[in-house]
Amino acid sequence: MSYFTPSTKLAPARYDLLDKHEEAEREQARLEMIREPYVNNGYDAVWVGDRIASVVENPAPLWWYIAVAVAGLFASFTGLGLLYLITTGVGVWGENNSANWAWDITNFVFWIGIGHAGTMIAAILYLTRQRWATGINRAAEAMTIFAVMCAGIYPAVHVGRVWFAWYLAPIPNGNAIWPNFRSPLLWDVFAVSTYLSVSIMFWYVGLIPDAATMRDRAKNKILKYFYALICMGWRGSARQWANYEFCYLMLAGIATLLVITTCTVVSSDFSTSVIPGWHGTIFIPYFGVGAIYGGFCMLVILLVPIRQLYKLDDIITLRHVDLCCRFVLLMALLITYIYGMEFFIAYYGGNPIERYHFFQNRMHGPYEETWVLMMLFNCVVPQLFWSKKVRRSPWLAMLIVVFPSFGMWYERFIIIVCSIHRDFLPSSWGMFYPTYVDIFTFLGTFGVFFLLYLLFIRYLPVIAISEVRAALPEADPHEPPVVEEAQPGVAHE
Amino acid sequence: MNHPLSKKPNPELPMSNPLVVPVGAGPSPKKLYAVAAEFAGPKELYAAAEKVTARGIQGWDCYSPYYIHGLDKVMKQPKSLVGLFTFVGGLSGLVGGFLLITITSVYVYPIDTQGKPYFSLQAFVPILDLLMIILSAIMSIVGMTVLCGLPRLHHPLWEWDLFLRATHDKFFIVIEANDARFNEKTSIDLLKEIGGTNLTLIGEEE
Repeated sequence: MSYFTPSTKLAPARYDLLDKHEEAEREQARLEMIREPYVNNGYDAVWVGDRIASVVENPAPLWWYIAVAVAGLFASFTGLGLLYLITTGVGVWGENNSANWAWDITNFVFWIGIGHAGTMIAAILYLTRQRWATGINRAAEAMTIFAVMCAGIYPAVHVGRVWFAWYLAPIPNGNAIWPNFRSPLLWDVFAVSTYLSVSIMFWYVGLIPDAATMRDRAKNKILKYFYALICMGWRGSARQWANYEFCYLMLAGIATLLVITTCTVVSSDFSTSVIPGWHGTIFIPYFGVGAIYGGFCMLVILLVPIRQLYKLDDIITLRHVDLCCRFVLLMALLITYIYGMEFFIAYYGGNPIERYHFFQNRMHGPYEETWVLMMLFNCVVPQLFWSKKVRRSPWLAMLIVVFPSFGMWYERFIIIVCSIHRDFLPSSWGMFYPTYVDIFTFLGTFGVFFLLYLLFIRYLPVIAISEVRAALPEADPHEPPVVEEAQPGVAHE
Repeated sequence: MNHPLSKKPNPELPMSNPLVVPVGAGPSPKKLYAVAAEFAGPKELYAAAEKVTARGIQGWDCYSPYYIHGLDKVMKQPKSLVGLFTFVGGLSGLVGGFLLITITSVYVYPIDTQGKPYFSLQAFVPILDLLMIILSAIMSIVGMTVLCGLPRLHHPLWEWDLFLRATHDKFFIVIEANDARFNEKTSIDLLKEIGGTNLTLIGEEE
């Protein structure tokens, strides 16, 4: 009769073991599934405000002064380079008849691309309700503005006679000429100026409540006036907040549309031509992905020192660094796909000139090393970010993203110079070599960018105080803060 | 005067300002702007706002250092009109841009470039799009500032030292006196009943 009954002696012990094992596994899964908080260590809204405001209110650390001095020195290179160029002529740059677009447009596309990641974080991640982005959106938007400012220098100057640059604007004039609205280059003028203006507006609207916070905290009278002017008399009433949030939502939608338009227009500068290497329908996503890739790299380069040196690591947490690195990895994979697709279409399209351009001139031409480095830096190096340990080591991550930053500049150089230095007529083939003016003007734009950025972190809250506060569990009036329960099979990121 | 733009708040002298009178501490200001009370946190503010709405009070507002989700719904606020401004801005950018480009490229300055047609709608799209974007962005901000009652150089609430912390760590409900049905005593009783502390009468300069 005991034929079917399980062994009473062993069974309970075994089931216990199984239960314990399963429980441990479940516990492990639960711990892995719990979303990390937006602010570490359970700090509250008051701490968040004090911490972020302290960056502005405390005396500037020594490294800030040194950094400003170095950035200022570099920025002067751009100033002097442009002065020399304008007083002498565009001949001081290395452009020639075959490569009539070179470093100027390379740098333009490089900087405008860096801007795109800022809008991506502040607008697209806002629309998709990625609330972790509240910790870094202000810093990213500032990056956008300063990068677009650096970008704007080049198209304005490379027109040659800058004092005629106003011809680009649709202003009635006595010459019976008018901008050609069918030209991608004029689209570019509109795109860059709109992008800069709307980015500033979006950034500014985000700044209004924080400027009010800074106004009410400020002890220095001049700073108080400064913040009071910025915030326009913000009081933080519920009726104001409702309109404000709606306006922010609208601007996020507008900025999303704009970032797609801008990368479309910038890529149209090239893709509407008939030059092999430029004449491709893939250029719009190509430029979009490349822009966000380069921008996320620059963002990691900016965020890691800010969080480490200002001890903001509880607000810009390791999770932020981790997620930025994941974006870098995603964009690296996408750009690898696009590079592959370019080569595939060159082969599959059967156009001998295009095949020559990709398989001979790019891979084995005179700019071969640049191409190899681009592939290495953009496609191979970021694969390190598959490791969680690497993504969560801030300084290492910062070191790694320096490579794709260079790589993305090489990419633009290859697209621009490598495509036009050998055109359809072999007798007009030539080479482009940068002059020292080219080099110093470009190095100087980094000075301009970092100088503006250093001033920004000194005088304005580098993290959106009110947004981080609103994302804290204590700010939710509906529920007591509960630890999220794990749901097996549901990823929380 | 404890204007945030003119003077540091001085907590030692709370009675120095005739426009800010704690309830029960003296006579009301000559011209009353509002009765204000402090609340402990977002949850308390939310619960209190529900009760104030239930009383059908008009002309009141909650003040918080950050946006509290759902508070505007509890206050029965109509949907924000900023979207309308955005739409009008976008539409005028689109129509204005179309007229600008078409009139100049086709009628006023018809310049032949590479044999392209004077009216090339496809080629006009990027600039139309950009003009639509920039005007809708400008109008969104204009709409937001107008609907928020900004810009504002002064506000009676800034006379109150404690209120300067509404952008930092304090939460307030303010019942304004400009409504015809406003009654000072019932307002004070209501604010006390729903858990308000530091009840204060805020005056306005005549």
